[in-house]
Amino acid sequence: MTARKIYLDNSASTRVDDEVVQAMLPYFSEHYGNGSSTHQFGQHAKQAIEDARQQVALLLNAAPAEITFLSGGTESDNLAIKGIAAAYTERTQRKGHLITSQFEHPAVLTTCGVLEKEGWRVTYLPVYQAGLVRTEDVQAALTDDTALISIMHANNEIGTIQPLQEIAALIQTRREAGQKHLYLHTDAVQSVGKIPVDVKTLGVDLLTFTAHKLHGPKGIGALFVRKGVRLVSQMHGGHHERDRRAGTESVPLIAGLGKTAELARLHLTERAEHTRRLRDALETGLFDRLSGLSRNGDEHQRVPHIANLNFEHVEGEGLQISLDLKGVAVSTGSACSSGSQEPSHVLMALGLPRDNSYGSLRFSFSKDNTQEDVDYVLEILPAVVEKLRKLSPRLKLQATGR
Amino acid sequence: MYSTKVLDHLENPRNVGKMLEATAVGVASNPVCGDLLHLYVQISDEEITAASFQVKGCPPSIAAGSALTELITGLTVAAAQALKPADVTQALESLPPNKEHCAVLAIDALRAALAQAARL
Repeated sequence: MTARKIYLDNSASTRVDDEVVQAMLPYFSEHYGNGSSTHQFGQHAKQAIEDARQQVALLLNAAPAEITFLSGGTESDNLAIKGIAAAYTERTQRKGHLITSQFEHPAVLTTCGVLEKEGWRVTYLPVYQAGLVRTEDVQAALTDDTALISIMHANNEIGTIQPLQEIAALIQTRREAGQKHLYLHTDAVQSVGKIPVDVKTLGVDLLTFTAHKLHGPKGIGALFVRKGVRLVSQMHGGHHERDRRAGTESVPLIAGLGKTAELARLHLTERAEHTRRLRDALETGLFDRLSGLSRNGDEHQRVPHIANLNFEHVEGEGLQISLDLKGVAVSTGSACSSGSQEPSHVLMALGLPRDNSYGSLRFSFSKDNTQEDVDYVLEILPAVVEKLRKLSPRLKLQATGR
Repeated sequence: MYSTKVLDHLENPRNVGKMLEATAVGVASNPVCGDLLHLYVQISDEEITAASFQVKGCPPSIAAGSALTELITGLTVAAAQALKPADVTQALESLPPNKEHCAVLAIDALRAALAQAARL
């Protein structure tokens, strides 16, 4: 292992900002009261929670009362989908219909699968080669008993941004026609803090996000629930978080999330420009140096910090491990990766072949990356690809898919 | 996650490439993940005198092919026939349980090559 350490897996998780760590520290051993207690210890904690709620609300252009704190993206997706479904059933005494896409995060897909077993109908919309849901498909899938549409804002593997505003407009039309309890949820874990995310502009009713993708701590996230939307709590206990999520609030983590949201809002543009510059430099450099290279998903409709590339005639894990041995951390979504022999459901949804005639790597940038990081990858990666390609029994490169 | 031996074979694969003067070639593939292994052997007087490989696959498949060429060079055909996937795994120190099929892939290619040689 070399001494060099370059982290290009920021869509998996990010380094926690020093400022965020500092914001959390007082709530471990100084202001350690329970936010539900009425004495001063408790009120200090309560103040920190409400300050953080204010910061998250500012970041999303929401009202503080619309923000529920919970353990992260997975719990947030679970609460949104199951909570809306349960409210629908309470109201109608029936199971209804859900719409989602084929390349959602497992937190959404698995939750929809559980509801399917309970008798819900679920439509999984295609995303085509561009990795984009088509509004006309949503329109065609909508029925009178559709309770919820859950479509991610930006895909976690390829970064494509979904047409939420157009979908929200469809929903608005149906609401005006009398289908009052039809809602739009989005998992915005990969877009909040990376591009402007304004719940009013997007027109979403529920939105999921988490701290650790934008330099905050793991184990804390939030669900935005627009005022007036009823959802049934999935965690039962005390009256925390306006009865939406029982359990003593993790004050240090919430304080960390608040600082994370504040920094994300203040530095949004500069971080986005910085990562876009590095991401584009990496892509341009690789396309200049390698043949048999193509991009996964739409080139324009995507977040600025993710590049997902196909390398023909090499397998993704070989690339990923070889880069790791040279100190560069990236992720792969191709066959045989991460313990499973099944290829990435995201890449399958784009229509890529099941065999490993290609390998895919995801490079995801953050504010902490530098041009030197990109230069180093450009220096070593072409040789790694060529070395692995030389092993291959069938080497016939297609034209570059740039 | 992977043993030092697996990583070493990934970084420095041995006996890579097509062998033009091969006595026989064995091909094996894994339909699930699409891994493909070509094993070339040169046999003279019932002894494997040289071996090389080509592979399209994950790091353990690369390592298994590479280690196999080292294992069989110098073996009699009978001794090579007796090799099992566990011998390849052992040569790599270890493989994660979900990657043991990569050693099976290597042995499948070996048996295919030896079967072709036997028909000559």
